[in-house]
Amino acid sequence: MDQAKLSEMLRQRLSDAVVSVEDMKNDDTLVVVDKDSLVSVAEFLKNDRDLGFTTLMNHLGVDYRDRMAVIYNLYSARLRKKVTIKAYLDREKPEAPTLEPLFPGVSWYERETYDLFGIRFIGHGNLKRLLLPEDWEGFPLRKDYVYPESYNGIETKRSDLLDAAGAAGDAHV
Amino acid sequence: MQRALRGMPMSKYSSQEMVLNMGPHHPSTHGVLRFVLQTDGEMMVKAVPDVGFLHRGIEKIAERVPWQAFMPYTDRIDYVASVNCNLGYAAAVERLAGIAVPEKAEYLRVIAAELSRIGSHFIGFGALLLDLGAVTPFVHALRERETFNDLMEMLCGARLTHNYVRIGGVSHDLPPGFREKCLGFVDHLEHEFLEEFNDLISFNTILINRLANVGVIDPETANKYTLTGPNLRGSGVPFDLRRDEPYSVYDRFRFDIPVGTGKFGVPGDCYDRYWVRILEVTESCRIIRQALEQMPGDGGIRTSLPRPFTVPAGEIYVRTESPRGELGYYLISDGGKNPFRVKVRTGSFSAMTIVETISQGVMVADLVAIIGSLDVVAPEIDR
Repeated sequence: MDQAKLSEMLRQRLSDAVVSVEDMKNDDTLVVVDKDSLVSVAEFLKNDRDLGFTTLMNHLGVDYRDRMAVIYNLYSARLRKKVTIKAYLDREKPEAPTLEPLFPGVSWYERETYDLFGIRFIGHGNLKRLLLPEDWEGFPLRKDYVYPESYNGIETKRSDLLDAAGAAGDAHV
Repeated sequence: MQRALRGMPMSKYSSQEMVLNMGPHHPSTHGVLRFVLQTDGEMMVKAVPDVGFLHRGIEKIAERVPWQAFMPYTDRIDYVASVNCNLGYAAAVERLAGIAVPEKAEYLRVIAAELSRIGSHFIGFGALLLDLGAVTPFVHALRERETFNDLMEMLCGARLTHNYVRIGGVSHDLPPGFREKCLGFVDHLEHEFLEEFNDLISFNTILINRLANVGVIDPETANKYTLTGPNLRGSGVPFDLRRDEPYSVYDRFRFDIPVGTGKFGVPGDCYDRYWVRILEVTESCRIIRQALEQMPGDGGIRTSLPRPFTVPAGEIYVRTESPRGELGYYLISDGGKNPFRVKVRTGSFSAMTIVETISQGVMVADLVAIIGSLDVVAPEIDR
């Protein structure tokens, strides 16, 4: 099945549930969904006989400054096709349903997204920080994250080094 | 220490659960990695991985440096196979920005990437054997990795964190004498080393008893937990991105995809994962030989990039086959000089998620075999 055909088919079969279906670079199809229909769309893509997107390749969160998003990359070994599902979230209260029951392997990915973006996954079995210490404050991958001056009384800034780097250092930032 | 009695009848042999720490500094945890073990005597109730000790915030760094300047950081994602990490990032940026790569550079990339795969698998199965208590084979594997280090030093000047690939090409052409030394290396591996190594350890009864029928992962479970690369192929799934979703010039080479067949036990056990890596060394040797043969003699090795270098706004997900499985880069560009968001999806991260499931009910000593057979590298989990 070629790319245009898959996009057309998804557009028809998912017409009510999705916001849009677009072609993406690298032979990929982007399906933008409302967060409330995220689970049902993923379930359809996974369980449909003709599609069979049973492999979850990747999951990530994004902070687009004005809103947040969760992205899931699925792969169908049967069609040899990729699909990217994206759901935009409200930045003030970023919450999304979990896909853990459908893809158990996503559990750690969603924990990482929670850890670094503060996006809460409703229904997740073990939503704790994964990479950062449990007493860490803030969510570092958010665009408005302010670097802490210290952590548990340990200074995290070395002002003398930063001063020495001066303007040359700033050019890179 | 937490004590709890399991739901079994009390007798004079009543047992007790115990919570133990393995790591962060434990020789068999492949870097700084911690496991919280819940044990009942010698039996494992559950092993819960605790990661994050090597989290350096590489994805945040990416947002603060220009596109090209992120390349050296990709070396540090998986320092054991840094060329493969370079290649994945370069391929993703090139596809997003629509940059053509000279043909010769693609061949040089493949040669360097396959050499890295060999070097990485030496660490992979060498460290597994070391964990199981066999020190000598590890030294043998490292002896051969030394030649790989020499070759990479000839090629790009570094013995670790090679940083050989650039956006649009590679950093150096083949130096004089490289071709002969490289061919000698792959001949030695295929015809001498692997035979000797297999006689020494692979067909050793003690090793077979330690690995066969241990930590069995069936294909469905492997897919559920997004296992990729040699770990997935060890479960008998013939999936390799070099063949199934070719990037660079991999579609021009002939090679086989070894899968686990239950050589000494059931398909998907630790031995299969070990054996798949041994066989993949041979396949990489075949690819290197073909690449050296087919490589055009002249032509550029790098496309010059416009300055300042920007990438058109857009999003892309590109995945490549690294020695530890699928290495994917999800890039988001807003049209600026720096990436807007870089997500690195690594094979070790997904391999860790399955440990809790398959460690239930195994012996404590077998957990070491399971972790070793998954060939995880801690900086790749944490990034």
